[in-house]
Amino acid sequence: MIEQPVTTPPAGASLVTKILRFRELAIVVAIVLVFVLTYFKNSSFASTASIQQMLSGPSIIIMLAVGETLVIVTRNVDLSVGSVLGLSAYLVGDLFVHYPHLPVVVALLAGLLIGLACGVVNGVIVAYARVPALVVTLGMLYIIRGIDAIVVNGVQIQPSQIPQSFVNLGAGSIIGIPTLFWIAAAAVALVGYVMRTFRPARELYAIGSNPEAAVLAGVRVPRRVFSAFAISGALAGLGGALWLAEFATVASTAGSGYELNVVAAVVVGGVAIFGGSGTVLGAALGALLLNTIDQALVASRVSSFWNQAVAGLLLLVAIAFDRYVSLRAEKILRVEGAHRDNA
Amino acid sequence: MTTPEVTLLPEAAQEPRTLNSLMRGATRWESGLVVLFVISLIYGWWVSPYFLNTETFFFAGLNFGEIAIMALPMTLIIITGEIDLSVASMLGLSASTLGYLFMHGWNIWPAMGICLLVGVVGGALNGFLVTRLGLPSIAVTIGTLTLYRGIALIVLGSNTAVGFPAWTQKLSLPIGSTHIAYDFAIFVVLALIFGVVLHMTPVGRSIYAIGLQPETAYFSGVISGFLCAFAGILYTFQQASSASDTGVGLELNVVAIALFGGVSIFGGRGTIFGVFVSVAIFASLQSSLTAINVSGQAQSIVTGCLLLLSVLIPNISESVTRVRTLLRRRTSEAS
Repeated sequence: MIEQPVTTPPAGASLVTKILRFRELAIVVAIVLVFVLTYFKNSSFASTASIQQMLSGPSIIIMLAVGETLVIVTRNVDLSVGSVLGLSAYLVGDLFVHYPHLPVVVALLAGLLIGLACGVVNGVIVAYARVPALVVTLGMLYIIRGIDAIVVNGVQIQPSQIPQSFVNLGAGSIIGIPTLFWIAAAAVALVGYVMRTFRPARELYAIGSNPEAAVLAGVRVPRRVFSAFAISGALAGLGGALWLAEFATVASTAGSGYELNVVAAVVVGGVAIFGGSGTVLGAALGALLLNTIDQALVASRVSSFWNQAVAGLLLLVAIAFDRYVSLRAEKILRVEGAHRDNA
Repeated sequence: MTTPEVTLLPEAAQEPRTLNSLMRGATRWESGLVVLFVISLIYGWWVSPYFLNTETFFFAGLNFGEIAIMALPMTLIIITGEIDLSVASMLGLSASTLGYLFMHGWNIWPAMGICLLVGVVGGALNGFLVTRLGLPSIAVTIGTLTLYRGIALIVLGSNTAVGFPAWTQKLSLPIGSTHIAYDFAIFVVLALIFGVVLHMTPVGRSIYAIGLQPETAYFSGVISGFLCAFAGILYTFQQASSASDTGVGLELNVVAIALFGGVSIFGGRGTIFGVFVSVAIFASLQSSLTAINVSGQAQSIVTGCLLLLSVLIPNISESVTRVRTLLRRRTSEAS
């Protein structure tokens, strides 16, 4: 082992870690609270079927939110994920129409690659042509959706065209937990671990906190931003394959409007919209919370017309809360800094 | 990109640009738009002999009116460095409110007044959250996008309101014996007002300045809410019905039109004239593509490509200029 110089960890870093943990904990508490309150109104909310729905419902959004987190952390945004999901879902379905005996893994891989291709285009334009991501991915949202419409050409994928083994992926469960959720959880665990541990992933945070400083610190900004978009596209493509497994029918409108739901989940999950902070786990919990509230409203027999308004309010509360916490943290850091200077 | 050796020079990107060169860049973009508009007209005339008639003009005005009206305050907001993604939801909320009140026996005029008030309150809420609480506008307006659409759903549920007074249906017909749509006429008047205020008054010019941005962003939000509510009323009368999903997804079209019109997403740059021509181009392309039976969804490829080009072209021309400067510097060093 190389001997490390003895230094106390900077107060700022540990404070930020604390806040992030606190932020994730706050969402978990909110989920539990919603769950318990709804359970008292309607005990069937805790039935196995209901809990399974609670886990499988947000799985696809979680996949997309994981990729979106990487992009937003670098102070960019990917609005094309909904279109990528739609295109991938249809093309994978079309693959099954031509090759009905395609192995499940190959189908998932195909979805991933279709998404990756879209993500690569986004990444090249944003990172190397240095064009604002919002405009590029908004343009790509339209282009991919248009291509989707031309490819679909009014012919939907029907459930009968999808092999049972693939449909099982969407409807089945392993030790009582939906397969879809296992896949989403695996993505969260893997990407979450990478984002905590490895230098290239940490550099995404550096880029988001201060792009100029990141350049000066020797971070290869274009390459990292490119990777973030490529991964986001790949996960959206995989999400498309999962969409096909879950619904088994795909029209050219599949996943339209998803992009804003994904960004909403990510923001509720505590990822700063201007980059530099937030975790994949938080984003996934954000998606889980939004879906749980949806289902809770249904279970408590509140008219489903209330769902959207509640989700919108929650989003605003989450943003305001984050702002408050970051202002407080800034203040604490300033006071601590002043103490250290005086000492 | 074709110029990797140039992109490695960070100082080149941060070279201070003089006001003059900025102005030249802006005028060049707008003249490019005018050329593109003419090309789109020629294209339309080439694909369909019926394209260049007053009928097309009327329907284009009718179809694009609401989006065009919402693009004006959007321009203002993007110039102040913010964005408003809640515009289409506000249109829907206004339409739903109008439908609800009318179904509950309100006279149409006070009902319209309430709708406009709802718009002002909604816009003020956006403005308050962004400028007073300092929250990022893109996140806030995704929140209010969901919230306003949610309230529209609560107000009207799955009902569709119909049976508005007979005079309101006139709004979907041309003005008098002309071939001008009411929507289009209203858009032109509003565009003139916006153009004069933005480009010819001290208040307007100060919007481009950084110091006054919180205040202008707040009022742009209020104006946006008001005009989106107004667009919602117009839309309802034209369709002769209102539902809670009125105008779903239009927000991105509105943003696309403003950005294609040369409004910089980073704020501080953009003209009403550019947005006006941008509306004209989108309307003309939509008419000609519809004439040759390209589906609405497939047409979005054109929208997307235009949007990408609008950011790539200035970027490429900038790179070309940079390469030239670099070459000149090299040759002068060599000699």
